[in-house]
Amino acid sequence: MTRRSTRRRVWLVAGLLPVFAAANGAQTGGNRPIVVASKPFGESYLLCEMFAQLLESRGFSVERKPGLGATEIAFRALRSGAIDVYPEYTGTGLIAVLHDSLPDSIAADPRAVFSHISREFEARYQLRWLPPLGFQNTYAIAVTRQTARRYNLKTLSDLGRESPHLLAGFTADFIGRPDGLVGLTRIYGVHPKEVRPLAPAVKYQALAAGAVDVIDGYSTDGLLAKYDLVTLVDDRHFFPPYEAAALLNESFAKRKPEAVTTLALLSNRLTEAVMRQLNRRVEVDGEDVRSVASSELTTLGLINSGPSDLRPNSAGNGGGFYSYLWDRRASLAGMTGRHLELVAVALLAAVIFAIPLGLILERGRRIAEPVIGGLGVLQTIPSIALLAFMIPLLGVGVIPALVALWLYALYPIARGTYSGVRDADPDAVAAAEALGTTPMQRLLLVRLPLAAPVIMSGVRTAAVITVGAATLAAFIGAGGLGEPIVAGLALADTRMILSGALPAAILALLVDGVLALVERVVAPAHRRRALWGKR
Amino acid sequence: MPSAVAARNVSHRFGDVVALSDVSIEVPVGTATALVGESGSGKTTLLRCFNRLVEPLSGEIVVRDRNVRDQDVIELRRGIGYVQQHGGLIPHWRVLRNVALVPRLRGQQDVDAKARDALELVGLPSAQFGYRFPHELSGGQRQRVALARSIAARPEVILLDEPFGALDAISRAELQTAFDGLRRKLSVTALLVTHDLAEAARLADQVVVMRQGKIEQRGPMSQLVRAPATEYVAQLIEQARASLQGLLA
Repeated sequence: MTRRSTRRRVWLVAGLLPVFAAANGAQTGGNRPIVVASKPFGESYLLCEMFAQLLESRGFSVERKPGLGATEIAFRALRSGAIDVYPEYTGTGLIAVLHDSLPDSIAADPRAVFSHISREFEARYQLRWLPPLGFQNTYAIAVTRQTARRYNLKTLSDLGRESPHLLAGFTADFIGRPDGLVGLTRIYGVHPKEVRPLAPAVKYQALAAGAVDVIDGYSTDGLLAKYDLVTLVDDRHFFPPYEAAALLNESFAKRKPEAVTTLALLSNRLTEAVMRQLNRRVEVDGEDVRSVASSELTTLGLINSGPSDLRPNSAGNGGGFYSYLWDRRASLAGMTGRHLELVAVALLAAVIFAIPLGLILERGRRIAEPVIGGLGVLQTIPSIALLAFMIPLLGVGVIPALVALWLYALYPIARGTYSGVRDADPDAVAAAEALGTTPMQRLLLVRLPLAAPVIMSGVRTAAVITVGAATLAAFIGAGGLGEPIVAGLALADTRMILSGALPAAILALLVDGVLALVERVVAPAHRRRALWGKR
Repeated sequence: MPSAVAARNVSHRFGDVVALSDVSIEVPVGTATALVGESGSGKTTLLRCFNRLVEPLSGEIVVRDRNVRDQDVIELRRGIGYVQQHGGLIPHWRVLRNVALVPRLRGQQDVDAKARDALELVGLPSAQFGYRFPHELSGGQRQRVALARSIAARPEVILLDEPFGALDAISRAELQTAFDGLRRKLSVTALLVTHDLAEAARLADQVVVMRQGKIEQRGPMSQLVRAPATEYVAQLIEQARASLQGLLA
């Protein structure tokens, strides 16, 4: 998608919130680029980038949407047609998506599992698995060598026995999945003393620092080797095979069969050893995902050479944080711009909707509290969950992100407007009525000016919430400053995280400051002098 | 003398509570009538019928010889002055703009001059007070501004709801004097709600005593004192004996 068409859609949303679904329909048709996505962890980024470069080398135009939420979000996006392909794992498909339990004899056999999920995905979801890439990336339940010795841990059965003494740090995904902690508890009796949900990026550091005793890693993680960890043996064959493969949308396959043939060139070409090496280059050595992808594709003889504009960023690792930011100023400026765009459009749309809503509710006070209470309940829905709900309706990208941000911004503005107008100087309002002002005159001349500070403080609250929540928009491919945060979390790159988090924080302060000025300007005349401080 | 305002057989209820029960009064042009009674007697409800802040369930309210129901409510209100207990000045408007409200609403000429005149009439020099915000005035000054606002468009009728009730005794006396002079000078017809018999005696030509939505007695204060029509009126006058001393003598 070009920047311009995105911008146009952004503005369309501001005016026409209810037509989202239609706008989304338009995006899936026509001659759009192939949308290649990934989930938010290093290996998925890398495979996504390899898919993308391979397609580009054969002349396809590609749009990348890496780092989509987690399985649920990526899978829904694929089904809705918002993305065309992403790398997935057969075991995840079997257990987390299909929720199928197979007889042990089949579940342990990669070929049997693959043919089962291929059949079922086609029948249930019209999704297609390409032949696996050649390696497995199964869960690796890991402990430090020290912990393994102290508790005599070699297998997951050992872990089940000793788990009441241990602190677990698992990814949120793993904690909830039937092929994660739920199954470990069922099969091996794992009941840790405490389970802490950890982001993938920090779990290795947490383990190394002794903050937790056991984590869920992936068998191809580069960091397993770096920290010299012990992987516990799945002695009862609980984990199914996790063969990596491209999962794609059937309608995309019909539309662009040659693209599918191209992607299939990667089938059976990557070994576990190679993958661990590649992940290590990205996660431990801090090499750029694009250069690692292109060098591996070149090694495999699938492309001639990497794009000329790619440099490994290991050079950048030597410099300070500020030079890191400076080197990325163009892309950071772009992401900041997109971030501001998301915030501005969502906030503007919320103001346009919530202020009149507050005014209407003030006239029908009986329904006011339930309606505003309902908007308040929206605030309690975790952003990621809200974003996930929207995918079937609105796909991924800017539009669902805007809708989510818009929903979050409604409550403070509607509440501020309602209370501000309701409580505006009752004596003045009554006198104005008795002296022959029309309801509209009372609203415009008396009540709104008096309510302005309360309304503005609602808008300020909404703005700061929106700046923060907009970082999560990156999980559904809407860009913005969340992009380096999500990617940094996936690639265990602290500087990358900070390069998004720091500008976002500054942006929050700036937006609040600017709105503080607006608040002074709209303050009722008799209070203005006080607000400007000393006379 | 023709009546400027009149209520004829007016009854009203709020839910099950009877607020007005078959009430009739006549206020002759250029005179002042006081509605007195305790809280809940219906006096404020009756007052609010005249500018249709309350629409009575039955009966007829006449202002300037026409039933108020036949008059456009906004136009009606713009033609009637109104002062309430807590001035109700618009806090973010300066004094002159507050006073100019009704002339401006009515689209009159020389709005600014009318506002200045009105301020002078209530004893506030416009050069000194015109550009202040309400919160920069004392309580008495604010009520004066409210009074100025009610007469700036030179209405024929003015309604006052406990206009001086929240003021200290000295400010109240000053304002009563100012109002009395002003009313006679402009020969405006006034209907005043008060719970203070002395105020009623001082400002009104006719006093209407109300109780539980009914009229107990009406007439000049001297007549009420001389010949209370009911036990209740007699009691009321007895209670106010100290402040009515001049009249009783």
